[in-house]
Amino acid sequence: MSNKVWVYIDQLKGKSHLASWETLGAGSALAAQLGGGVTAVVFGDQAKVVAAEAFQYGAAEVLYADDATLSDYRPEPYTTLLSKLAKEGGAEVILFPTTTRGREVAAMSAIDLNTGVMPDVTAIDAQDGRVVVTRPVYAGKLLAKAVCTADPQLITTRVRAFPKPEADAGRTGTPTAVGAALGEADILTKVTGYTQSTGGVSLSDAEVIVSGGRGVSNNPSLTPPAGLDEKQVEIWRAQQGFKLIGELASVLGAAVGASRAAVDAGYIPYEHQVGQTGKVVSPDLYIACGISGAIQHQAGMRTSKVIVAVNKDPEAPIFKMARYGVVGDLYAIVPALTEALHKKLGK
Amino acid sequence: MKIVVCVKQVPDSAAKVVVENGQVTWGEAPLVINPWDEFAVEAALVQKETHGGEVTVVSVGEEISKEALKHALAMGCGEAVLISDPALAGADSQAVARVLAAAIQKMGDVDLVFFGRQAIDGDMAVTAAQTARALNWPALTLVSVISSVEGGSIKVERSTEEGRQMVEARLPAVVSVAKDIGEPRYPSFMGIRKASRALIPTWSLGDLGIGTLASAVKWPELLNVPLREVVTEIITGGSPQEIADQMAEKILAGKVL
Repeated sequence: MSNKVWVYIDQLKGKSHLASWETLGAGSALAAQLGGGVTAVVFGDQAKVVAAEAFQYGAAEVLYADDATLSDYRPEPYTTLLSKLAKEGGAEVILFPTTTRGREVAAMSAIDLNTGVMPDVTAIDAQDGRVVVTRPVYAGKLLAKAVCTADPQLITTRVRAFPKPEADAGRTGTPTAVGAALGEADILTKVTGYTQSTGGVSLSDAEVIVSGGRGVSNNPSLTPPAGLDEKQVEIWRAQQGFKLIGELASVLGAAVGASRAAVDAGYIPYEHQVGQTGKVVSPDLYIACGISGAIQHQAGMRTSKVIVAVNKDPEAPIFKMARYGVVGDLYAIVPALTEALHKKLGK
Repeated sequence: MKIVVCVKQVPDSAAKVVVENGQVTWGEAPLVINPWDEFAVEAALVQKETHGGEVTVVSVGEEISKEALKHALAMGCGEAVLISDPALAGADSQAVARVLAAAIQKMGDVDLVFFGRQAIDGDMAVTAAQTARALNWPALTLVSVISSVEGGSIKVERSTEEGRQMVEARLPAVVSVAKDIGEPRYPSFMGIRKASRALIPTWSLGDLGIGTLASAVKWPELLNVPLREVVTEIITGGSPQEIADQMAEKILAGKVL
């Protein structure tokens, strides 16, 4: 175990989080600068399956632990084990994907290992043998360069900020099994169950996102069912609007997003919110429908590669960020765009 | 129950934040309590109302951070403490977590500590987990629902990428809350009056028994984000179909998909 660069692979129940491979790619690039290969670590149920994948994505060595105490993700046993292995193995840099679990294990390992953590970075470079990272701060209004003066340097990489390497089925290796570091009696938490999210494409790692804002409830040509009060009518109208957004998303294999205004008005659950107080996303294509583009919304989607805006108001700030814009009624444009893409994509 | 809630004072989310001569500035924009921390204060107050006890709000920062503490007092917290010390300048997240842990230990017999999910200035989102680790208490982060607090344990639902995870932990515990925990209340008129008269004690590192504080993370450079260089093309046409066809062409031609 002499590699300087380590990568923590995030997985749940034998299914790797795809951002882990982006992180492994970033680790390989860093190892090329610092010397040596990458040691990957993976814990949990069926970790050995994920360990085999890690070799394909470029790991030189893989440590895995599959123990009853690690079957569910829990921060204490995962952190204690990682800290122990990193200490024994002399890791100088540990990279994690910025998933809820990756960020948490990185944060807590920093306490165990008496070092610093630099979360959610968008660039990594080596200078004089130390790592210099770039990370967005103030909701992406500024960029900060950061360094960690202690070892190991703990870094989490932003999802979709680093390219995912190609898997090479010819690359194989023998992973090293390691045991758990804590017994069940020493663990302070117990996982009692899970509920799946409501389905659809996950926003954070989506390649395409179609989002709706307050404007989705403004279709005057719809006649709501009788007997609804004013707020119910507004929600009903919004649901008709989000149905159109959902249809466009479905043709594109996209995730559905929303502005804070739409979430606060009760049009769509919070898990769809994009922006400073929602999710920060970075898709290849972001289609904003009926979203004016307040600074807090921009904070969540400004790094999208191509932005398309459909809005009635030609003065809406979203048009300043958009590559393509349509000033018009989203109820006419969105279904027409769904139809046009449906034909052209042959789906 | 003895409850602590940790808050931070930050520039308002609508502030135009820029770097001038290497320093961060937000012009005339106000400093406010971190919006995520208002959810933490709300969650703490709900627990107090359900189980009785007291909520103490604490912040690490300069004198100006008393404004965030006063906001939390006006919402209904009973007491406030500011932790301030020249040696805290440039402290990184793990150093701040150790300071908060020491303050929580000093208060004694604390059952629950609440945090917001992250501060909107540094966007680190690590302090709750680090404080839990420094205390060696369970870390329950991104909690959407507190199902029960009884018999020395807490049951919560956490939000993860895949959905909700139901977790049970022994008290004392550290909880960071997500937005769906419940809308924060507004400060009451009586609360504002009470907060304006409150005397807020300041604790130094010496008061917490901390001699030297080591920070590992340094920030050598701050940069403005390069302007997004985009030429906006407004697509027009005689009918929605015509506009949509052109738009679909552009999207496909740009190899966006």
